Amino acid sequence: MEFLSPATWEEALAAKSERPDAVPIMGGTDVMVEINFDRRRPPALIDLTRVPGLREWRADGDGVRLGAGVPYTGIVDALGGAAPALAAAARSVASPQIRNRGSVGGNLGGASPAGDAHPPLLATDAVVELASVGGVRRVPAREFYLGPRRTARRDDELIAAVLLPAPAGPQRFAKVGTRNAMVIAVVSFALALDARSRTVGTGIGSAGPTPLRAPGAEEFAAAEFDWEGGAPLPESAVHRFGELVAAAARPIDDVRGSAGYRRHALAVLARRALARAAADYREGGARCA
Amino acid sequence: MSETTAPASTGLPTATRDGVGASPLRPDGALKATGEFAYSSDMWTEDMLWGATLRSPHPHARLLGVDTAAALALPGVHAVLTHEDVPGEKRYGLEYADQPVLAFGKVRYKGEPVAIVAADHPETARRALDRIRVDYEVLEPVSDPLRAAFDPDCPLVHEEGSVPDDGRHRRGGNLARHQPVRTGAFAEGATVEELRARADVVVTGSYEVGMQDQAFLGPESGLAVPAEDGGVDLYVATQWLHVDQGQIAPCLGLAPDKVRLALAGVGGAFGAREDLSMQVHACLLALRARRPVKIVYNREESFLGHVHRHPARMEYEHGATGDGALLYAVARIVLDGGAYTSTTPAVVGVAASMGVGPYAIPNVRVDAYGVYTTNPPCGAMRGFGAVQACFGYESQMDALAARLGAHPVDLRVANALAQGSRVITGQRIDAPLPMAEMLLRARDAPMPPGRSALPDPADPRTLPGGVSATVLGEGVVRGVGYAVGMKNLCFSEGFDDYSTARVRLESVGGGPAVTVHTAAAEVGQGLVTVQGQIARTELGVERVTVLPADTRVGSAGSSSASRQTYMTGGAVKAACEAVRERVLALARERGPVPPGARLSLSGGAVVSASGDVLVPLAELLDGSPVEETREYHHRATRMVDPVNGQGDSHVQFGMCVHRAVVDVDVELGLVKVVEMTAVQDVGRAVHPQQLVGQIQGATAQGVGLALMEEVQVADGVIRNPSFTDYLIPTVLDTPPMRIDVLECPDPAAPYGLRGAGEPGTLSSTPAVAAAVRAATGRALTRVPIRPEDIVGLPAPRRRR
Repeated sequence: MEFLSPATWEEALAAKSERPDAVPIMGGTDVMVEINFDRRRPPALIDLTRVPGLREWRADGDGVRLGAGVPYTGIVDALGGAAPALAAAARSVASPQIRNRGSVGGNLGGASPAGDAHPPLLATDAVVELASVGGVRRVPAREFYLGPRRTARRDDELIAAVLLPAPAGPQRFAKVGTRNAMVIAVVSFALALDARSRTVGTGIGSAGPTPLRAPGAEEFAAAEFDWEGGAPLPESAVHRFGELVAAAARPIDDVRGSAGYRRHALAVLARRALARAAADYREGGARCA
Repeated sequence: MSETTAPASTGLPTATRDGVGASPLRPDGALKATGEFAYSSDMWTEDMLWGATLRSPHPHARLLGVDTAAALALPGVHAVLTHEDVPGEKRYGLEYADQPVLAFGKVRYKGEPVAIVAADHPETARRALDRIRVDYEVLEPVSDPLRAAFDPDCPLVHEEGSVPDDGRHRRGGNLARHQPVRTGAFAEGATVEELRARADVVVTGSYEVGMQDQAFLGPESGLAVPAEDGGVDLYVATQWLHVDQGQIAPCLGLAPDKVRLALAGVGGAFGAREDLSMQVHACLLALRARRPVKIVYNREESFLGHVHRHPARMEYEHGATGDGALLYAVARIVLDGGAYTSTTPAVVGVAASMGVGPYAIPNVRVDAYGVYTTNPPCGAMRGFGAVQACFGYESQMDALAARLGAHPVDLRVANALAQGSRVITGQRIDAPLPMAEMLLRARDAPMPPGRSALPDPADPRTLPGGVSATVLGEGVVRGVGYAVGMKNLCFSEGFDDYSTARVRLESVGGGPAVTVHTAAAEVGQGLVTVQGQIARTELGVERVTVLPADTRVGSAGSSSASRQTYMTGGAVKAACEAVRERVLALARERGPVPPGARLSLSGGAVVSASGDVLVPLAELLDGSPVEETREYHHRATRMVDPVNGQGDSHVQFGMCVHRAVVDVDVELGLVKVVEMTAVQDVGRAVHPQQLVGQIQGATAQGVGLALMEEVQVADGVIRNPSFTDYLIPTVLDTPPMRIDVLECPDPAAPYGLRGAGEPGTLSSTPAVAAAVRAATGRALTRVPIRPEDIVGLPAPRRRR
């Protein structure tokens, strides 16, 4: 196995261009596990830990440009206000040690449907910044996930950053696991209300071959929601929203849970998220919007 | 957060610090906490090779041929061995020698070792494994234990004659052992119908316990070094050096004294290191390659490389009179032993004799079965057959209490055993057993504060779902449950699991010093600390060195069955007493000791009855060390009768009572254990702090079995062999614990102590299950309880 260790972003892009089969590694919380368990033998690794800037975030217009290598700990500490759903997801990732190393770039690169960062990125309409020697392109998260562990990233591209739009309303994230910390999602759900565009965003994790949205649920909630006053939604509407989210999932039975439970739990998470987001909207609506 | 009732003082002389009853620091504590402790996987020598194991990908297959030529041709490979290269016995085992060193004829579980390799780098060894060609004829797995046990048309896992049948406890087929127990009317041939007709209330239930893993953190590992005399020195993490030696030597074709073992740093055991794993393999490779060979399993291989707790399928029926007096109990307990015997017969013996729990029941019919299948082999794990039964009988007691409208504690108190009672094998309990008091103490312990009394009632860390923030507290229901369990301690059924200790007292550098040498395995339980305490108390000398455990001294038996403080503690005590006798004789002989004076050792000196120093030990022993070796045997037990299960088969009984308080998100089926209260009688607390640690650990392991820990097996294949998917409790799943230690001495045991490592693993699980039932109203007849079970959805389908 070849080990490439570029010192600059340009060198990293050149390396990826020359060796499109090389796997980038940063925190190693995914890649090393696969190598250690002998599930994957990449012909080459590109170590990005020496590349400056990947662990930084900065304001970008109204929003935030989050370097692909910012560890989850950094997101929890700094982005609770700028990216509430992502920060909540980051808080639920694995253990403190793994949060100190793992990053959103790694989640996007591995593209496991169980990755905790995906549902917030989908719900908030974040944008993935991909780079190659040929230039930079920006792909909305909503167009990024193509199939099981398959994404819009080309083999010669590296994930540079994620652009997180400024929140324009309450955001929520929750995940179900069978223990109370350090657990891979049985199912997860993110919700974002956007008061400016009067739209609702959703993201579903661990309930299909890729991270998913629930477009029908989004349209339904956007239409039902009281964008003026954030009045509590009728029980029936909250319930319907849960059903629509569950219907959008394509879960299977596996060691972590049954397909039936995943749909059930998604509906519960979605109901709770919408009801709470509405309450948040009432309480802090003016400030968020 | 935890509250502990400190045991009373020991009553022994206190002039010597850190003796029995104190809680001295453990010598390995700081090293383990700071990551500096050398575990067996950390061993390294200059010229060592790395061993690796090729394992069967099939749970059941005929082995047609193994071609190692391509592997041997790989540069850097020093040896590739198959069953043909095993010079001695081809099979080993704790009870029957039925497990092949390397498979021949058939493979009987997925992960069974087929070939081994030694190479100069672990990566080279791995590549060599890829080059070994094995021809299999795949056979249908025997994966249903009930079919394996009771369907005469089920294929046999072991061909007739390949596992010894004693015609009594094992009579062929796929049954490793069937142990019936019959008492009262059942012993006279009464039918269940006859007893049912006499009962006012009858409850029946089918229960299931999943396959729990010991989940120790240090994987199987060891280093074998070939010796000049043609023998081998093996440094290994194990639970019982001598039983390893006794199995390894015949396989190597060597005399036992040519196979010398020393204990390497053990990263937890819980029963999983009682069977051999890499021991014979490393020795074979080292002897062939004439180089030291180290083998370290990775986590996935570890799940394949050790036995697990037997999964159980259990049917119970209890009948009682209207006033809540138990009339009869019937139980059928089927334990899936997997491919090889391991300790299954002994586990069956425990499950049978402890099968209906610590209750006075005049008429009992128990049938416990251990079954061969092509599932992963199962054997020893903390609680050893009593854990499974406890979930069954305690679930029944709760169901009966509900039917009678009685408090679950009151029903248990009304039917409690006590000193003088007989267990269902007819054995009389001759030591104190304050069961009723223990139950009442658990019930009457203060309750944890309700959610509204918390500083932040919506703190996700206090809620079901934890940091995943699934709930703000709405719809969370609290439940309380109780359970009690009784466990036999030390080895049972005629097994003389003696322990040996060598103790030396001498003058070193002008001061007295004690050296203790045993072969007892420190597996993390704190036995090294306890050995030192006993020596200090008995010899009145604070400076004690406990030598590394190895086979240069006699057997100490296994670090299991809650027995080491009792047995090796007893041996150290006996050796110390012998040393003391000689030292006092020496003092009388040489010193200015008044004739007939009563002497003792304290503060490094021979002292008179009034505490006056007569002669310092350093002076007395200068140039003449005193050394004694003693074996300690517990009282004899015997095998129970194969037909009615009667006989005094156990040494001692341990008991723990748990109260569990849980919060349940009933919509999502997630549980937060709020608090566990444990009441345990330990006879005598030798090291109160370590003791509380044992009870906390046992409780946590029981919480794990109740809520998350399961090796998921489908068609003989483990589907979650990792700590990503085999979940063990984190700190957020491990609640504050209130631990109430009673000390009612057992006159037959050293210092009156009672083994303490296991009882808590029994009652913890059913107490949590009872609490979740109380919160949800669901029957919950299976552990671990899955979210699906709580919300009422079908369980996930098991797929390979």
